[in-house]
Amino acid sequence: MLRNGEQVLVAVILPAMAMIGLTLAGVPDLGARRIDVVVPGVLALAVASTAFTSQAIATAFDRRNGVLRLLGTTPLGRDGLLGGKIIATAAVLTVHLVVLSVLGVALGWRPEASGVIPALIGILLGAISFVCLAMLVAGRLRAEAVLAVANLLWVVFLGLGLLLPTSTAPAGVGAVARLLPSGALGDAMRAALIHGTWPIREWSILLAWAVVSGVLATRIFRWSD
Amino acid sequence: MPAVEVRDLVKTFAATRALDGATWSADSGRVTAVLGPNGAGKSTTIECLQGLQRPDSGSVRVLGADPWGADAEHRARVGLMLQDGGLPSMVKPPALLRHLAGLYADPLPPETLLSRLGIDGFAGTIVRRLSGGQRQRVALAAALIGRPEVVFLDEPTAGMDPHTRLEVWDIVREQADAGVAVVLATHSFEEADRVADDVVIMSHGRVRTAGPRASVEGGETLEQVYFRLTSGGAR
Repeated sequence: MLRNGEQVLVAVILPAMAMIGLTLAGVPDLGARRIDVVVPGVLALAVASTAFTSQAIATAFDRRNGVLRLLGTTPLGRDGLLGGKIIATAAVLTVHLVVLSVLGVALGWRPEASGVIPALIGILLGAISFVCLAMLVAGRLRAEAVLAVANLLWVVFLGLGLLLPTSTAPAGVGAVARLLPSGALGDAMRAALIHGTWPIREWSILLAWAVVSGVLATRIFRWSD
Repeated sequence: MPAVEVRDLVKTFAATRALDGATWSADSGRVTAVLGPNGAGKSTTIECLQGLQRPDSGSVRVLGADPWGADAEHRARVGLMLQDGGLPSMVKPPALLRHLAGLYADPLPPETLLSRLGIDGFAGTIVRRLSGGQRQRVALAAALIGRPEVVFLDEPTAGMDPHTRLEVWDIVREQADAGVAVVLATHSFEEADRVADDVVIMSHGRVRTAGPRASVEGGETLEQVYFRLTSGGAR
């Protein structure tokens, strides 16, 4: 991954820039301690970057190049390949989240201690539902189309609830964003890390997205073009 | 028991009947060339033999097992070189081969294959920047690294320069002499002429003739037999 410059850009640099920019800027009004609202959103953004955009693009190109077919015939097999991808995503995501959290603390972030466990649950559910969405996008389209769609959706998700609370969006937009995995994950992270609450509603939405997109992905996924 | 057995194999994609009742077999210690024009059903057959496609009807057996859903132990005994390579694009060949070697209990040392196939000459170049022939060499190394008992090679020398082709044919012969069942899909009867012990000629999803090369030729050259049996075979 580190060899792929643009993936580092999407998964670490852009979230870090968003964190610094939103912390230093004066708008929009986010209440007393801006940084405490901004960092959870940035962590949610990093989850979407790694679990959705990076995975969708990598899987689509592996599919087009026949890598999935070839590895499926080695002793590794399809199950091993899936297991490996899960472990790899988890490892890469952990590194990203640690780097961004350290940066946040350096900028003055003080998360709610009792919110760490619900935040980890949110990250896990968010990562699962975004990986399922990634497989849905990557499973059928051409690799170049996946590249475009995955990056476009990253921007859409960023705007619809990942980075900023859905309550700061216009009423209609906010209502839609709350039902999307982006709004659900963003709000879940903020609820946990600002107030230390257990956001059951947002988790349910993430779980629903994971189940629906997961089932659809297994139906339509093609192992080769 | 033959190492590879194909019986009454039928596979249809949408409106295309890719395989229409093909039957043939391949033995250990021999090179079996599956010959036919584009669209004859060679690649589809190999995909069925690898468990990548499920036959509509008929059966395939590799080392006595059904490849569809076969376990890791079975997959370790079978090597594959795909027509389109199937190699990840951002990795350098030695790293790729070492990684693949790690998937097998008793692999060939990657260095042996790297030097034998001349891959060490472009070891620092990522797969995406390799020429077609160079990529084919890496794909062949990937097929052989697990010391397979059966190996499927789909158009192995397409895009290779003449020296590399000769080297590949030598390697194919060595594999068979060491007891491996080599199945080689090709539309080059020159290639079949060079390395095959047994020949299967296909067109339109059916087997036109199959058997030891001498009996398939029956006094003609392989080229003559090929054109006679596959005339109008190109779609």
